Amino acid sequence: MADKIKVGHVHMSGCTGCLVSLADNYGGLLTILDKYADLVYGLTLADVRHIPKMDVALVEGSVCIQDKTSVEEIKEAREKAAVVVAVGGCACYGNITRFGRGGQPNQPQHESYLPIGDLIKVDVYIPGCAPTPQLIRNVCVMAYLLLKGNKEQQALATKYLTPLMQLAERGTEACGCDLMYDIINQGLCMGCGSCAAACPVRAITHEYGKPNVNREMCIKCGACYAQCPRSFFNFDVMNEFEGIMELIDGALK
Amino acid sequence: MGTELGKYKLCVSARSADKEILKKAQDGGIVTTLFKYALEEGIIDGAIVSGPSDEPWRPRPFVATTVEELMTSRGTRYNLSPNVSFIKEATRSYGLDKIGIVGTPCQMQAVRKGQLYPVGLRDVPDKIALAIGIFCMENFPYQSIKQLVEDHAAMKLEAVKKMEIGKGKFWVYGERGQVVQLPLKVTHKYEQPGCHVCLDYVANLADVSTGSVGSPDGWSTVFVRTKNGDDIWSKAIAAGCFETKPIEQVKPGLELVSKLANEKITKNQKTVEERAKFGVNKALRNPYISPK
Ligand SMILES: Cc1cc2nc3c(=O)[nH]c(=O)nc-3n(C[C@H](O)[C@H](O)[C@H](O)COP(=O)(O)OP(=O)(O)OC[C@H]3O[C@@H](n4cnc5c(N)ncnc54)[C@H](O)[C@@H]3O)c2cc1C
Ligand code: SF4
Ligand code: SF4
Ligand code: SF4
Repeated sequence: MADKIKVGHVHMSGCTGCLVSLADNYGGLLTILDKYADLVYGLTLADVRHIPKMDVALVEGSVCIQDKTSVEEIKEAREKAAVVVAVGGCACYGNITRFGRGGQPNQPQHESYLPIGDLIKVDVYIPGCAPTPQLIRNVCVMAYLLLKGNKEQQALATKYLTPLMQLAERGTEACGCDLMYDIINQGLCMGCGSCAAACPVRAITHEYGKPNVNREMCIKCGACYAQCPRSFFNFDVMNEFEGIMELIDGALK
Repeated sequence: MGTELGKYKLCVSARSADKEILKKAQDGGIVTTLFKYALEEGIIDGAIVSGPSDEPWRPRPFVATTVEELMTSRGTRYNLSPNVSFIKEATRSYGLDKIGIVGTPCQMQAVRKGQLYPVGLRDVPDKIALAIGIFCMENFPYQSIKQLVEDHAAMKLEAVKKMEIGKGKFWVYGERGQVVQLPLKVTHKYEQPGCHVCLDYVANLADVSTGSVGSPDGWSTVFVRTKNGDDIWSKAIAAGCFETKPIEQVKPGLELVSKLANEKITKNQKTVEERAKFGVNKALRNPYISPK
């Protein structure tokens, strides 16, 4: 199909869990590749050595600033891609790689890992460790509609992607503490429990209805804050949840 | 009537046909009856509900997979119950593929956000089989309820049979028949602050939402909102689970629901706006605009 979008998977310092999440869409992934997107780059999936021009770069992992190749590659990805999506906690916030301090064979001097947003401008965030197959799927469908859809679909995709773009503007640091700083301290928490459900390491419990973060356990993935209905809640999208879910289902059939 | 009641396909006044459920239900037993029907028909594998805990009147969310467990969740406990905290666990250690969940309007918002933006909710979006919303004007921290009941109403929490907010009062019913009413003027200051920016009264994003307001005592007002909700509700009606009356024929009716919804939204919208100029050229965050 001529009007497919060109997508690449750019692998920085990540565990490939993000890529596996993308693949965990199973049939849905095949439909995406069949109807909407050509995979033009991806170390694990496509036999291409140099980053080609593409519409969307899905970047997994943080950048080790002691690794020249990685630094060059992330800059090249920015140059070649119209839209850069940070996929997963490491690309968005550093996540577990924040705790790296070198000393591992066979490159013990590799010790500093930065979220990609500290080196290049990032357009869209998909936080989470691992990011979920369903959020990756939803963003892929919306990115397609944004680039190739009709006016109405573009408007919907813009509305949908806006908060994920705002998350990218918000910064490269995340922690369970964000629930204190930006939700509870701001008088916004209503005790729904989403944050605890979202945490991949079960660092969050609810004490009398309010989240309590075990900060020693937190790996800084950013899922809790992004999942919280009081971090962002865009009524113009949420009120249409039924139609949007149907649209995404339909697109992947 | 505008957008304050959300989208709906159908609105009726209803009451459970199950006398056993009604014995301890808060209102018309809609929530428990609909979950029971859905569980027995295999529409859901279980439901995240809120039941009693080891402290009196403190709710504890849990996953009910049997009718007996559902029965323990009947009645309203007016303080925080983070039901959504179980939404991923329900698909994991409980192994549910078709989840039922009940919650306040903000919890229904959390469920829909979780489906559209499942940041940390792997495999949850496609497993929400029935989301029942309950109307909500405000909620309280546990310690507020304790203070209201023990200090203001001078009753022991253990000795309370039922609490209710209605007709402009907070009602506390004792096991031995005593009834204490507190004016809402007294309860307001104990409310959870996060409720003051809440712009939904009747759970606009649920499949089916219900509350007491609008219907006579012992009956509930029910909005059927989504295709999925409509499908389940019509089957439950066909199976004889509920008595219903047209909402136009009951007092006080939809007009009161609309009035209260508008009051809540207007008041809280104002709070949201005031937050924009809370400090000196410094705003408090507005989640409806951006996560920044
Ligand atoms: C904080 C709060 C405020 C409310 N405010 C209003 C109001 O202003 N106007 C109005 O008409 N109705 C209000 N309701 C709803 C009303 O009190 C009843 O819960 C509703 O009518 C359902 O009654 P039922 O007989 O159908 O449900 P039942 O069959 O009795 O089941 C009740 C269900 O509510 C759930 N539940 C109980 N406590 C909580 C809680 N704290 N958080 C989440 N779920 C809970 C239980 O899991 C159970 O499944 C409020 C409810 C709550 C929790
Ligand atoms: S998700 Fe947000 S609003 Fe809900 S309990 Fe956690 S911090 Fe509070
Ligand atoms: S508390 Fe959990 S969800 Fe939040 S940032 Fe830390 S690890 Fe991630
Ligand atoms: S008033 Fe709103 S925020 Fe508060 S508990 Fe009710 S639905 Fe949630």
